[in-house]
Amino acid sequence: MSDLIKLSAVALGEKLAAKEVSAEEVTRVHLDRIGEVDGRVHAFLHVDTEGALSAAREIDSRRAAGEKLGPLAGVPIAIKDVIATKGVPTTCASKILEGWRPPYDATIMTRIREAGLVMLGKTNMDEFAMGSSTEYSAYGPTYNPWDLSRIPGGSGGGSAAALAAYEAPLAIGTDTGGSIRQPGAVTGTVGAKPTYGGTSRYGLVAFSSSLDTPGPCARTVLDAALLHEVIAGHDPRDSTSIAQPAPDVVAAARLGASGDLTGVRVGVVKEFGTDGVEPGVTAAFRDAVETLTKLGAEVVEVSCPHFQYALPAYYLIAPSECSSNLARFDSVRFGLRVGDDGNRSLEEVMSLTREAGFGDEVKRRIIIGTYALSSGYYDAYYGQAQKVRTLISRDFTSAFEQVDVLVSATTPFTAFELGARTSDPYQMYLADLYTIPTNLYGGPAISVPIGLSEGLPVGLQVMAPTMADDRMYRIAAAVESVVGTFTPPAL
Amino acid sequence: MAAISREEVAHLARLSRLAVTDQELDRFAGQLDVILQSVARVGEVAADDIPPTSHSVPLVNVLREDVIVPGLTRDEALSGAPDSAEDRFRVPQILADEE
Repeated sequence: MSDLIKLSAVALGEKLAAKEVSAEEVTRVHLDRIGEVDGRVHAFLHVDTEGALSAAREIDSRRAAGEKLGPLAGVPIAIKDVIATKGVPTTCASKILEGWRPPYDATIMTRIREAGLVMLGKTNMDEFAMGSSTEYSAYGPTYNPWDLSRIPGGSGGGSAAALAAYEAPLAIGTDTGGSIRQPGAVTGTVGAKPTYGGTSRYGLVAFSSSLDTPGPCARTVLDAALLHEVIAGHDPRDSTSIAQPAPDVVAAARLGASGDLTGVRVGVVKEFGTDGVEPGVTAAFRDAVETLTKLGAEVVEVSCPHFQYALPAYYLIAPSECSSNLARFDSVRFGLRVGDDGNRSLEEVMSLTREAGFGDEVKRRIIIGTYALSSGYYDAYYGQAQKVRTLISRDFTSAFEQVDVLVSATTPFTAFELGARTSDPYQMYLADLYTIPTNLYGGPAISVPIGLSEGLPVGLQVMAPTMADDRMYRIAAAVESVVGTFTPPAL
Repeated sequence: MAAISREEVAHLARLSRLAVTDQELDRFAGQLDVILQSVARVGEVAADDIPPTSHSVPLVNVLREDVIVPGLTRDEALSGAPDSAEDRFRVPQILADEE
């Protein structure tokens, strides 16, 4: 095992810039690490060895030619398998897209390549990003490097586990209801959900279009900020992309690292309470709040009365959008086709293909969404959920008149045992209790490690107003400067 | 009382173009019932006069510049198709035999 794999992306970038190490060597040590541990972790669905080495060599030759490169040039990165990568398999961990090689790159992928980052491969996830444990992957679960009998969170469990297992220093996730932050929390890594519209969805395979947000995953707050800076900004190919300059998250992370939060007002959401929360999570959260106070922040309790309806509203809105978005998997334009014997009709082939290609959770959500959108139920379910969404956004708006950021534990419980919640889908949904309100509002939120509960990582969530992503990086970096980073037992 | 019956689940699966099996229907009916009973809590909120939010970014008529940009070639667009013929997507029959 090379010491290089334990370095932050910032440190790797500095070594590369100083020509102390080549991008090819950095890439090789990470590929070696993947070869060594991924049989047990299963963070990756596809490792692009040749593509990674060739991209690394290109960076090395550009650097040798004296070209000025960005701070992350030559640093390896793992990409969640829901992001379209030209010529490289993109399955969304579904059988329905097995073997699909997109003919184009997602916008964030283009920006990642332009910044000189080296893609190692595609990471495992819950099928179409629906889940909180990565157990709904059609290709088998990912195992948490902290304890291989436990889940790494989801849907982006592969990206988070790859970081915790030192298989990659950076990764991309997507967050619809917590799929970046919750895996970050349970693996002791950092995960940031940018403002909705702050990062482009072009080339992100759609699950719930009004909520899906790609974002950075890393082992430190500053690393996450640097990757955030690479992927953020307006994209004309995404009509919901915000046409404003991205907040300076890197400067904010550096400022926060000084550890001074004098004058910052922090709100604790009263309604989140402690019912159903693991005692160790509550204790770690209380310590984190104390840390914020010691750093100079003023902490007050804030009421957000409609947050208790966020989970029900989300599990109507997201499945509704999913039932519409996943209609594109029709056995015609890409992916699987089953039962085309020359006699069956298109409709029969389509139904057989979708039956064979989708897993249980995807089917459940398509059916729930179809129900919530059907005439007679639309007003009571989907329509009412959209009104509740308005009330949740108003709760945020009024909270941010009193405080600069809101904080909570990222998730009510630490990494659970594999299989513990799969038989009761609603128990799985509870993992997203604290992360979902932000998605409905559209603001940014970050999870940063704050401690351990019975040996397993706990995350602090920092939520900020729309397009104030810099604020959450400042607070998270300040907390990190006190509590440090967390290293799992050797694999 | 159950929020959703096995028959309703079967009907919704047909609408969703999912050829679900009997075993799946047995499994899903109970699970979906638990989920629907839980999410029905949105109905507790008095929200008659509240406007719905479809999207957190209020936008109307986002138009791109009227300039030609490169798109996929025909071969690229067909590259992931399960079947194609004569530079087109080939689909199973869409009309009944007697036509």
